[in-house]
Amino acid sequence: MDYIIEVMPFMLSGLKTTLWVFAVTAIFSIPLGVVVCLMRLSKIRIISFLTKIYILIMRGTPLMLQITFIFFGLPIMGIVLNREIAAAIAFILNYAAYFAEIFRGGINSIDEGQFEAAKVLKLSKATTYFGIILPQVIKIVFPSVANELITLVKDTALVYVLGLGDILRAAKTLSNKDASLVPLIIAGGAYLIIIGILTFVLRKIEDKFEYYR
Amino acid sequence: MLKIENLNKSFGDNHVLKDVNLDINKGEIVMITGESGVGKTTLIRCLCGLEEYDAGKVLFLEDGEESQNKSIGLVSQSFDLFPHFNVMKNITYALIKVKKYKKEDAVKKAKELVDLLGLSGLEDYYQYQLSGGQKQRVAIARALAMEPQYLCFDEPTSALDYKLRDSVGEIIKTVASRGTGVIVITHDREFARKYANRVYELGA
Ligand SMILES: Nc1ncnc2c1ncn2[C@@H]1O[C@H](COP(=O)(O)OP(=O)(O)OP(=O)(O)O)[C@@H](O)[C@H]1O
Ligand SMILES: [Mg+2]
Repeated sequence: MDYIIEVMPFMLSGLKTTLWVFAVTAIFSIPLGVVVCLMRLSKIRIISFLTKIYILIMRGTPLMLQITFIFFGLPIMGIVLNREIAAAIAFILNYAAYFAEIFRGGINSIDEGQFEAAKVLKLSKATTYFGIILPQVIKIVFPSVANELITLVKDTALVYVLGLGDILRAAKTLSNKDASLVPLIIAGGAYLIIIGILTFVLRKIEDKFEYYR
Repeated sequence: MLKIENLNKSFGDNHVLKDVNLDINKGEIVMITGESGVGKTTLIRCLCGLEEYDAGKVLFLEDGEESQNKSIGLVSQSFDLFPHFNVMKNITYALIKVKKYKKEDAVKKAKELVDLLGLSGLEDYYQYQLSGGQKQRVAIARALAMEPQYLCFDEPTSALDYKLRDSVGEIIKTVASRGTGVIVITHDREFARKYANRVYELGA
C-alpha cells in the first residue's frame, strides 16, 4: 500500500499524458475525418485521388512510423515541432483517415432513394445533407467510431517513441527500477477504468439513436 | 398540361425510350402500362428530374404557354420515407425547408392530409412501425403537401391486397378531382379500367 502511494504521483503524470493524447486526437480527428471523407467523395478527380493516397499511406503504414517520421523527418525539411505537437499531429492525421473511411462506408450505405426523395421534394443540397443524410449516417457509423475510440485509448501508449511519458511508460520504468509488477497492474487497472467509462458513455449516446430503425 | 414530346433515353446501347409522346391534363388520371423493362419507371424518372434524357422535351404548359411552375411529385415503389422522421415530420419537412412555412402552418396543412388519407393516430410513428399501405399513404401525403401540379405513382397497387387497391384507387381519384394531373404506372388491367381516364401503353 505504501508502495502504491509512493508511485502514484509518477503514474498520475503518465495518466495525464495518456488522457490528453486521447482527448486531442478524438476532438480533432473526427471533424477532420468528415472533411477527408467529403474530399474522398469529391467529383473533382485530383482531390479524390490525392485523398485516396493520403488514406492509403495512413492506413498502410504503422502509426509508430508516422509518429517518428513527423518528429524526426520533418525537421529535415525545416519544420521543427516539439514532441507534443508532433505526436498530436501524427495521431490526428492517422485517425482522421480511419474515420473518413468509416464515414464513407456510412454514406454509401444510405439508400439512393433517400437522395432522390429529397431531390423530388426540392430540398437543397445542404438541407439534404445535413437534415436527411448526415443524421442517418451518424447512427450507422456510431458503433464503428466508438470502437475506434477505444482502440485509440490503447494506441496512445505509442507516444513513448518520442520520449513522452504516458502511463504505460511510467509503469514500465517503475517496474524495472523496483523489480515489481505492481505498477503494471496499476496501469492495467487505469486503462480498464478509462475504457469502462468510455464504453458506458458511448453506449448512452448510442441509445439516443434507438428511436428509429 | 404536361407535354412529353419525342422523348428519347438510352442506357449505353439500350435504347429504352424511343420518341415517346404523351400529354397529361390537370385533373386527369393517365395510366401507363407495358411489359416489364419497357421503360415505364425510366419515363417517370425523366419527368421528375431524376434521370437525364437524351433528346425531346418535357413541357409544363399553362394556357399553351410554358409555365414557371414545374412542380411534380413522385410516390416511388419503395416510398423512400425518411426513417429518422416521424409521419408528421415526413409530411411537414419540405414545407418548412423549401416553402418556408411556419411550423404551425405546416402542421395544420399536414393534419388535413393526415385526415384525408386516413392516417390519424399515426402522426408520431416512424416508418418501421408502419405497414406497407400506411407507408404508401404517408408518401402520398408527403408529396401532396407540396401541392404539385402533377403526381406520379410507380406501381401503387403492386404490394397491396384487393381492399387496399380500391382505397388507393379512391385516393388517386380524389387527388385528380382536386386538379392534379396523375400519372400511374400499373400492371393491373382491372385497376386501370376502373380508375384511369386514359391508358397509355408504352412500347406498343
Ligand atoms: N440506371 C440504369 N442503368 C442502366 N440501365 C437501366 C437503368 N435503369 C433502367 N435501366 C434499363 O432500362 C430498361 C427499362 O427499365 P425500367 O425500370 O424503366 O422498366 P419498367 O418498365 O419500369 O419495368 P418494370 O415493369 O419491371 O418495373 C431496363 O432494360 C433496365 O435494365
Ligand atoms: Mg418499373
